[in-house]
Amino acid sequence: MTETVDALRARHLADLAAAATPEAVEAVRVEALGRAGTVTALLRSLGGLDAEERRRVAPRVQALREELAAAIEAKTSALAAAALAARLAAERVDMSLPVVPEPQGSIHPIARVMDELAEIFADLGFAVAEGPEIEDDWHNFTALNIPPEHPARAMHDTFYLEGEPSGRVLRTHTSPVQIRTMTGGRPPIRIIAPGRVYRSDSDATHTPMFHQVEGLVIDRDIHLGHLKWTLETFLKAFFGVQEVVLRLRPSFFPFTEPSVEVDVGCSWEGGRLGIGGSASWLEILGAGMVHPKVLANCGLDPAEWQGFAFGCGIDRLAMLKYGMTDLRAFFDADLRWLRHHGFRALDVPTLSGGMAP
Amino acid sequence: MKVPMSWLRRHLETEADAGAIAEALTRLGLEVEAIANPAERLAPFTIARVLSAERHPQADKLQLLAVDTGAGEAVQVVCGAPNARAGLVGVFAAPGTHVPGIDLTLKVTAIRGVESRGMMCSARELELGDDHSGIIELPEDAPVGAPYARWAGLDDPVFEVAVTPNRADCMGVFGIARDLAAAGLGRLVPPEVPALAAAFPCPVPIAIADDDGCPAFFARALRGVRNGPSPPWLADLLVKAGLRPVSALVDVTNYMSLGFGRPLHVYDIARLKGGLTARRARPGETLHALNGRTYALDASMCVIADDAAVHDIGGIMGGMDSGVSEETTDVLVEAAWFNPARIGATGRALGIASDARARFERGVDPAFVAPGLDLAVALMQALCGGEVSEAVHVGAPPALDRVIRFAPQTTARLSGLDVPAAEQRAILERLGFAVADGPGGDWQVAVPSWRRDAEGPADLVEEVVRLHGLDRVAATPLPRAPGVARPVATPAQLTERRVRRALAARGLDEAVTWSFIAEAEAERFGGAAHRLVNPLSAELAVMRPSLLPGLLAAAGRNMARGERSVRLFELGRRYLAEGERVTAGLLLAGEGRPRHWKTGKARLVDAFDAKAAALAALAAAGAPVERLATRQPGPAWYHPGRSAALLLGRTVLAEFGELHPALAGDLGAVAAAEIFLDAVPASRGRRGAYQPSPLMPVRRDFAFLVPETLPAEELLRAVAGADRALIADVELFDRFTGAGVPDGQVSLAVGVTLQPRARTLAEADLAALSAAVEAAAAKLGAVLRG
Repeated sequence: MTETVDALRARHLADLAAAATPEAVEAVRVEALGRAGTVTALLRSLGGLDAEERRRVAPRVQALREELAAAIEAKTSALAAAALAARLAAERVDMSLPVVPEPQGSIHPIARVMDELAEIFADLGFAVAEGPEIEDDWHNFTALNIPPEHPARAMHDTFYLEGEPSGRVLRTHTSPVQIRTMTGGRPPIRIIAPGRVYRSDSDATHTPMFHQVEGLVIDRDIHLGHLKWTLETFLKAFFGVQEVVLRLRPSFFPFTEPSVEVDVGCSWEGGRLGIGGSASWLEILGAGMVHPKVLANCGLDPAEWQGFAFGCGIDRLAMLKYGMTDLRAFFDADLRWLRHHGFRALDVPTLSGGMAP
Repeated sequence: MKVPMSWLRRHLETEADAGAIAEALTRLGLEVEAIANPAERLAPFTIARVLSAERHPQADKLQLLAVDTGAGEAVQVVCGAPNARAGLVGVFAAPGTHVPGIDLTLKVTAIRGVESRGMMCSARELELGDDHSGIIELPEDAPVGAPYARWAGLDDPVFEVAVTPNRADCMGVFGIARDLAAAGLGRLVPPEVPALAAAFPCPVPIAIADDDGCPAFFARALRGVRNGPSPPWLADLLVKAGLRPVSALVDVTNYMSLGFGRPLHVYDIARLKGGLTARRARPGETLHALNGRTYALDASMCVIADDAAVHDIGGIMGGMDSGVSEETTDVLVEAAWFNPARIGATGRALGIASDARARFERGVDPAFVAPGLDLAVALMQALCGGEVSEAVHVGAPPALDRVIRFAPQTTARLSGLDVPAAEQRAILERLGFAVADGPGGDWQVAVPSWRRDAEGPADLVEEVVRLHGLDRVAATPLPRAPGVARPVATPAQLTERRVRRALAARGLDEAVTWSFIAEAEAERFGGAAHRLVNPLSAELAVMRPSLLPGLLAAAGRNMARGERSVRLFELGRRYLAEGERVTAGLLLAGEGRPRHWKTGKARLVDAFDAKAAALAALAAAGAPVERLATRQPGPAWYHPGRSAALLLGRTVLAEFGELHPALAGDLGAVAAAEIFLDAVPASRGRRGAYQPSPLMPVRRDFAFLVPETLPAEELLRAVAGADRALIADVELFDRFTGAGVPDGQVSLAVGVTLQPRARTLAEADLAALSAAVEAAAAKLGAVLRG
């Protein structure tokens, strides 16, 4: 019997070692451990042995059965692992293949700068106001202390509209939004008003349509010092610099008195614009204290209310900050330009993240 | 305005150099845009003497000059000027010098085989005049080797001053000198107005028939004058100021205009018929003006006319026929005061921008009409001889007797600058204002006749501040509310931001295109409601009724540059008869998906690309996209079979589709959409309570045969409505025509997701649901496929 056990182990383990497929392993299992298997028969035959003989042989037969079962299990796993490895090997793909391209969109620099303006001025308590681009003569000129025959109208190169009501113009500046804000509500007022404006002018630095932002603060004791601080604070945040130097020069706008032209100190080291210092000056915007007549035109008593207004070209701000040189390209929708100068959709200007893209 | 330093010094005794004056002018609000000094431009040009001149061996018209440049050995120069000769002293340019008149930098060259090492220059080559008949000839004793420009007195900086429209007083050099003197830059030298000895009564009768247009008409006559070229001092000043000298009489009027902001006109009495009258022009009258053009006049315009014809568009431009010439012996000099508003209107109507208009339109000094006339006549007499007539003064210029009540503390209130009252008073007085103490500590400030721009206290503050120094204003923080800044963006502004970023995130590039387009373009997209009276061009003539024409043109330009795929969007306004409407426009052209190893051939854009983008934009705008209905077709500029509007109830929120082939043209596949942002209702923004079901969702598929004309949206909506409590989602996962589907019908396969909430679904529940879905579909003519 002992000899039989050893012989069976040798035979079945050899068969198992030779088995190369799950089917061959199963055949070994059936032959050894199946219902009519050799080891099964041996176990069954133990019943016919006397007690002492059985005590001697049974453990060895049991051990054989367990050994073979474990070996079959191990072989099955090994074959499965090998099969999986073979399948995965066959499934290999060149991972250097390019992916399906997804188009990258972009935000126009003007929209970007408008968002930056809104963000910075919101922190200073300014809301964003809007108004129509097709304006009447009163809002665009008369209320702003530019009467019909005033030579300042000649500064504006106005586009006029046909038909009724007569006297309609494309707004030549965002200043009519000042008027609409002051006639539409009571001070204190803090607004900026960005938007499209129009002048019949066209060359390398002028386009018939461009963008301006207007600022207006009306309260009881607002003066030129507040204007200067507001502009300094804005420009520092906008250009992301620690210090700016402003130069205020007397100037003339019909709707402000006193009127100032504001230059910002800059440098042109290596041909690159740097904001800060006072090596050179860059004319950046016009401003002043709102003219008493303008306040009165809006129903505000100039003895009670006063404040400042400023107006600035948004396209120019964008050019200064982001280095474009040709204004006309802003409106050409050339994809090469948009992709180069545009901003990613999720680059949202925030105070916590700063105004640099 | 060009202001030569030498002219300024006639009215301002000053030690200040050009740099200091320029800085002061800018600080005063008289912005110096540029300083040009011919001496700097002409610095390399030196005085040289021609030692000998010989015939060029190869050319008849050229000579070989030996030139003594004062720097040692004589230099050989080939020269073609007929006046070049031995002994001539002229102006020499060495190799390396840029010659402005011919825009050429000289090199050592061989001319017809002979080396030339420089050039003797003509006046035109140095941009000092038109003379190019020969090289410049200087006096014998001109110092050879010295810089020419300095020797010739050309070292005279010219300031280009931008005078703002309010500063009528600075439209003359004298006024600028007055501001500089007030600012402490020197002492003002006022002109001495002579007492003229009148020899005879004015022979030309003067009258005013339009006292609104011309309240004052003063004149004097001069007889027996000899009109010739001006003396060099006068001609020089005018040239430096940018004018061409004409003749002494004309030059004096220009000298008065540029020097004192006091335009005048001078008539040749021999060419007048009868007296001169300031009156309104009559319909049909014309004037052949001094600029050579003929203008048609009308009754809105004030003219100066004699008994026969118009001779002057008052205050704007004189006529050719009565202008003075070298033969003129008797002249009438006119000094008038014209209504600024009328001048502006006439100038604009006729399109004339003359020096006279620029001054009268701003308002000339009403107290300087008679003195200006006498100053000019005296100068004319000094230059041209003759006798002076008595003055005729018809009418009177409107006097500026304006007194402003001014509290000195207003300066601090408006500017934040604390300027002591005494300094404020001194500043105002230096500028010509007369300050008197008034009631309650306020001042009574009388405005000088030349400052009609000063109307109220704010103007006086400006005067004080600009003289005291605007740069002294200290930055003062705006008061700030406690805490974090409050949100200020409006819902509409937030919507725009979200839509912009949603479209950019989908791969569209934001464009900004013109608000105005060509009429024909607008016509194809619904027609323009607003036309410009004065467009820059026919391409920019009407306000756009749609954002698509601009985007389509942009797509065309990009495709023409070789782009295979264009996806553009714009946020802007449409200008409709009822108003301006904020709109998002988007346009896709070319390949919607490029060819690729993974996805195969390229696919062109189609209406569903536009629909997807439109829905994404609407979702970003907060529209309830699941409740939108599609109404086919869209407007006429789209493909009639492949376009639609998206409606919420009866409100159109967007339109989309493939562009009509007639509009897409060569671009072929173009899909577009417009989203009407102001039509999107405010989003309620409230989310319901979070109530996830613990039960598994169940999915069931149905395939229906439906009439081809049935919008799939209706079937999906009907299926979804079969059991609103149970059906969580409905999707169309197949659409099929062909084998097994009868003609005129289409097979639509719909997946339904059921989300039980209370209990697990039993077979009976599912059977009931299937029956409900079939019944709902059947109402639309849909039959469940076996």
